[in-house]
Amino acid sequence: MAINHELYFADANAMRRYKIGRILSNVLLYSFLSILALFILIPFYWMIVTSLKSNATLESELINRQLGFFPTDVTFANFILVFGRSAQENFARYYLNTIFVAVASTAITLVTTVLAAFAFARLSFKGKEVLFTILLATMMIPGEMMVITNYQTISVLQWRDTFMALIFPFSVSVFYMFYLRQTFQQIPNELYLASKVDGYGDFAYLWKVMIPIAMPSIVTVIILEIMGSWNAFIWPALVTESKDMQLVANGLMSIFTSSEFSQWNNIKLAASVVVTTPLLVFFLVFKKYIMRGVSRSGIKG
Amino acid sequence: MLEDKRDGWKALIALAPAMFFLVIFIFFPIVNTFLLSFMDNFAWWPGAGLWLFGNTFDAFPSLGNYIAVITDPIFIDAIVNTMTLVVISVPLTITVSLLLAVALHNVRFMKGIYQTIFFLPYVTNAIALGMVFNVMFSKFDNGLMNQLLALFNVQGQNWVGADGATKTNMAIVLIIYSLWNGLAFKVLVFMAGLASIDKQYYDAARIDGSTKMRIFQKITVPLLSPQIFYITITSFIGAFKMYTSVISIFGKGPFNFGGSAGNTWITIVGYVYKVMRTDTGKAAAGSILLLIIILMITGIQFLVGKKRIHY
Repeated sequence: MAINHELYFADANAMRRYKIGRILSNVLLYSFLSILALFILIPFYWMIVTSLKSNATLESELINRQLGFFPTDVTFANFILVFGRSAQENFARYYLNTIFVAVASTAITLVTTVLAAFAFARLSFKGKEVLFTILLATMMIPGEMMVITNYQTISVLQWRDTFMALIFPFSVSVFYMFYLRQTFQQIPNELYLASKVDGYGDFAYLWKVMIPIAMPSIVTVIILEIMGSWNAFIWPALVTESKDMQLVANGLMSIFTSSEFSQWNNIKLAASVVVTTPLLVFFLVFKKYIMRGVSRSGIKG
Repeated sequence: MLEDKRDGWKALIALAPAMFFLVIFIFFPIVNTFLLSFMDNFAWWPGAGLWLFGNTFDAFPSLGNYIAVITDPIFIDAIVNTMTLVVISVPLTITVSLLLAVALHNVRFMKGIYQTIFFLPYVTNAIALGMVFNVMFSKFDNGLMNQLLALFNVQGQNWVGADGATKTNMAIVLIIYSLWNGLAFKVLVFMAGLASIDKQYYDAARIDGSTKMRIFQKITVPLLSPQIFYITITSFIGAFKMYTSVISIFGKGPFNFGGSAGNTWITIVGYVYKVMRTDTGKAAAGSILLLIIILMITGIQFLVGKKRIHY
């Protein structure tokens, strides 16, 4: 809108009226945006401020019925506690578990979905349309239906409390397949024919041409899969029992439910900070990819 | 397109890894869960040996599980609770995110910062922030909400405690949290839709001297209708699957939904998870009913959508 508005107005008064109107509407817009931004930010602020309070501060606040909105005596003791000083909860271990599960399930998912998307986008075979329709139909079905049976499968295979139970059910995704297939289909045929002339086979073409071109979509899949592992809660809660196998969200829930910490909101929220921070840092680093990926994958649904 | 060719064996290689996991963890479960929803007193045990052979059941096919589920007062509660939360939170969240997206679209200064802020809930762990809400709505004087109310001389409330919080109080927290949690994705989708609307429409309206309200009603909403349609369907389906936000707000484990009995705000998905390990047949029947609800919503919205969408 780099237009010189002065050209458009009959006289100075009309221009002034227009300018005042614009300032007013800007004030309204920014007030609305700022109120909602505060609404979004307050829980983050509260989480951080509370996690930095010492037990003594928290107790005196409770007695004085006066809440500290600002950090007074900043302490990192709560973080040290949740990172291994507590006998019951060790977030260092939960971190490692979650990172391992995220990396492994992302790696396997990439292999399964890229290859399958390639088959649907580029190869011709019997029953292709039927199979693809069946796959799309499964996207309508709520995951709970799978969870009921998968829980039994994992139990019958005696995989409870193993990493296999945490990784394998998340090693394929119809949605990613569908998303990657669309990206692959946008690659012009000329490239395929040219690579044929150069003597490339189909799989060499996938590896040397399609994957590099589709990299932005593949990165989106990687990001979504990592976020999924980091947020996984109910499945690990069902199939793991020992503390050594739990993921971050489950560790967090144990801290909240244990009687040991019931009155210590500072320790509970320190655990929340510990669970939230890696994903937030990840987001700030890969902001462009994540926001673009999410909005694209959303609209194309 | 290309020359007619058959790549049967190549397709087999390319599809094999995906099919291996799909058959075990998606196709088989769908069929199996469907079948066992019709088995009375289905029982199984870990290490029972081969699939389905180590299990016992009394009758098949039977509607026993479905009758047991729809006459179970807890399941009826779950349906009523889920519907209540859906009916309030979905329209509220969509309206706020639509207004927010339009407001964001019309500013330039600090636009990126606001956009990042509104996206933050999407990249935070739902359990972790649900628990922050649990602490903020603590009934004690160190609960942020009660402290804020005290500034206005309003009596502090028991919001989410198992010892006497009213169902309405819990619902207020649940709805505030689902609004907080639900804005990010919708704002992003609406922003992308707004960016694709041709500026000429707005210029024409401005020349005609249309009011902002009229522009919003007659240009923005109709041209955004594909995104609104998409968001409405996904939000309804997502809200019918509400689970994580509920248990994290109460913070008492994966099967506690508030109140002294832990069932006050149980949802359909919550019910399925709660009875899954002891009453597998009932859980299966519950999940099939959820599927039917989801299919009905999608069907209704496609019927309505056909008439309402202007591309």
